[in-house]
Amino acid sequence: NKMAASRAGKLLAVIGDEDTCTGFLLGGIGELNKHRQPNFMVVEKDTPTGDIEEQLRLFLSRKDIAIVLISQSIADVVRYVIDAHTDPIPSVLEIPSKDAPYDPSKDSILRRAKGMFSAEDFR
Amino acid sequence: MWRNVKCKYCFLGQIIDYYLLLLYIVLLHLKMSSHDRIDIFPSRMNLTIMKTRLKGAHKGHSLLKKKADALKMKFHSILRKIIEAKQLMGEIMKEAAFSLAEAKFSGGDFSHVVLQNVGKAQMKVRSKTENVAGVKLPVFEHYEDGSDSYELTGLSRGGEQLSRLKKNYSKAVKLLVELASLQTSFVTLDESIKITNRRVNAIEHVIIPKIERTISYIITELDEGEREEFFRLKKIQQKKEVIREAQEKVRKDWEKEKEAREVFASIPSNHVPSMLDDKEDEDLLF
Repeated sequence: NKMAASRAGKLLAVIGDEDTCTGFLLGGIGELNKHRQPNFMVVEKDTPTGDIEEQLRLFLSRKDIAIVLISQSIADVVRYVIDAHTDPIPSVLEIPSKDAPYDPSKDSILRRAKGMFSAEDFR
Repeated sequence: MWRNVKCKYCFLGQIIDYYLLLLYIVLLHLKMSSHDRIDIFPSRMNLTIMKTRLKGAHKGHSLLKKKADALKMKFHSILRKIIEAKQLMGEIMKEAAFSLAEAKFSGGDFSHVVLQNVGKAQMKVRSKTENVAGVKLPVFEHYEDGSDSYELTGLSRGGEQLSRLKKNYSKAVKLLVELASLQTSFVTLDESIKITNRRVNAIEHVIIPKIERTISYIITELDEGEREEFFRLKKIQQKKEVIREAQEKVRKDWEKEKEAREVFASIPSNHVPSMLDDKEDEDLLF
């Protein structure tokens, strides 16, 4: 039964500031797997880039995570990891943080299709 | 003295290198231009085989082109949906963040409580595949699994804001799952469009010209063979003509001699050709 559940259901992971993580956990996506590993990471202003990168790579390599939500301001710091990730699953989704509105020109996925849309589409 | 010898060999070596390079380039050019065809024996059957193959290649090319067009159309529609969804997401996230601030204001800081009480996730996603023009695209489907772990949070204070907050964030999660779906299809489609275009170009610029060169090679070889055959027949005809004239001349001489002899001795001629003679028949030439 457990195997069927883990095969059928995959998780969302979230990397963001405290408020973002709290909000999403209240939305119901938080889980600790059997090794007590969480599927979320709270990033403060002083969190080292290496930690963020390591956690992101960990999330991307886990088979039970289908989507990784990451605040765009944090995504900018580890942009190189996201750009290098070309597998369709898990899918990396950039979400706006409360201090910075969503900037489509920085989104890795949309930049792949650059030339196919202009800034007017976002007004 | 040694330096002079070394210089001479250096120079010689350079000359040799230059000529080798030239030779290599000439051979490469020859290979690229005239011998870049399939190596088969130039016969009529092989010509038919090659013609069929050419037809097949044209058909494959047009089919692949149609597939590339269909994929491109789907790609554009997904891109448009992504742009819409991202805008919507921006608004929903703003609303959710706002309700979070409200809840914190009235309910105090519950972040630690939430972060510590992580158990099992209620919102999970399933992956399905959608088939578009032969390409399997992954699609996420969101579903709810268990009960709310945070049912008791906020019972003491700020309960209404907290439940509104939970609703907002679960709405955001649903939208984000759709968005992630679109994004994965987008990435997969991008890859398959690149692959298909590469194949179309390969057929158009490599395979078809190669087959055409093979066909023209076979045709030229066959034509040359025909010309040789024709020339050979003409030559034989000429030779036979010469031989026949010589034979004709011999016969006339013999007839004259016979007439002369008959005048002297009236011996009936018994040289009547019959069908049962062993004489060889002459070849029929057109």
